[in-house]
Amino acid sequence: MSLKRTRDTDERPAALDADSIIKDARRELAAPMRRLFGKRILTLGSLALLSGCELKDDSSVNTMLKRISFFNDDVQGWLFDPRKLAPTYPESMITRPFPFNAFYDIDDVPTVDPAGYRLKISGLVRGKRLWTLPELHALPQTSQVTRHICIEGWSAIGKWGGTPFSSFLKYAGADLGAKYVAFQCADEYSTSIDMPTALHPQTLLTFTYDGALLPPKYGFPMKLRMPTKLGYKNPKHIVEIIVTNTYPGGYWENQGYNWFGGA
Amino acid sequence: MPQITLHPAWLRLTHWVNAVSVLVMIGSGWQVYNASPIFPALRFPAAITLGGWLGGALLWHFAFMWLLVGNFVLYLGLNLATGRLCRKMLPLTPRSLFLDFYAALRGKLAHDNLSHYNAVQKFAYLAVILDIVVLVLSGLAVWKSVQFPLLRELMGGFDTARVVHFFAMTFLVMFFIVHVAMVMLVPRSLLAMIRGH
Repeated sequence: MSLKRTRDTDERPAALDADSIIKDARRELAAPMRRLFGKRILTLGSLALLSGCELKDDSSVNTMLKRISFFNDDVQGWLFDPRKLAPTYPESMITRPFPFNAFYDIDDVPTVDPAGYRLKISGLVRGKRLWTLPELHALPQTSQVTRHICIEGWSAIGKWGGTPFSSFLKYAGADLGAKYVAFQCADEYSTSIDMPTALHPQTLLTFTYDGALLPPKYGFPMKLRMPTKLGYKNPKHIVEIIVTNTYPGGYWENQGYNWFGGA
Repeated sequence: MPQITLHPAWLRLTHWVNAVSVLVMIGSGWQVYNASPIFPALRFPAAITLGGWLGGALLWHFAFMWLLVGNFVLYLGLNLATGRLCRKMLPLTPRSLFLDFYAALRGKLAHDNLSHYNAVQKFAYLAVILDIVVLVLSGLAVWKSVQFPLLRELMGGFDTARVVHFFAMTFLVMFFIVHVAMVMLVPRSLLAMIRGH
């Protein structure tokens, strides 16, 4: 910092006034500080410019965020304990009415003809590849009351009944060492999950809701119910299950939702 | 004039990294909140949110959480290891806090001595440190409610953890507003946080 110098040195003060020197110094300090403060405010303002912008506006930022999201998949896979159970609730705590939720309106729920329906299972499987509804309903059934957690933040408790997905994969002769299980749905929805979650004891291939046949709005003829994952990872109206080692993505995942989506 | 370093470099660095991560976390958090508001009457205007839509906001939120937590651990660790936290923030007695708060209400509390914090400052800085701990823990309970059952129950369940997260955010925003207002009253403190003296 440079102090102001007085050119005419004719009059030398006999003694330095400490107080006024400090005062002057303070005034000198204040000016650049105000400018700096203004600059800092501008920097905050430029950060604020990021607000409301779409991800696709900046591909390098987009790439960085996507990379961290894949890293978060690994973290969640590592955190996932295959023996840890999601909490279950008494039937008195079921949310009524259980909310309908999809990427379309309730009027656009697909209608699936039960008689002509066949569940296709493809990819790394050695067993039966086409299943009728009576064949699926004949599998050992169980039910559980669990919390559905939506990525939006709300949650609701519901009761789903069906067959443990791990048993179904074994009946179908699926390669349980494969990395992914992917789902194609009658409403053009798709998603995919990791094998450890597919084999989790609470992961059910469900055919009923609250003791009655799964209604269309909740995913007739079947929904994969996983209380260890967020709602969008639980596909409804499933028509095809693919066991694969190739990353399959999904409807929301391809738009930016985190792939693992664990709870 | 000898220059006394008020804020060591590590403190200034962690302070500004924290400031950026907190702004990103709040902006993206508001966008996430809007997807399913806890209070239907309260929505955050799109112009002050980050991410554009729920999916984009979550990408920001779950990226900058690492920066926030990593930086916070560094900040707290160095503060404890160097003894700075105890030296600067203690002692803090209810009496001194009461007297200083009363003085502040009458506009008679000095906060322009950068080398010394008054009791209200000490309380505010300690409270915001604790608040960030609550924010991170409640956020973890919301993010991984099944994997961290103890934390989930500590927060009163999944739904309550969201509410705790919301109010911890509210406290942080209030701190931010007061903090910036105080800095504007004593601009020298901003310079000190940038260059150290």
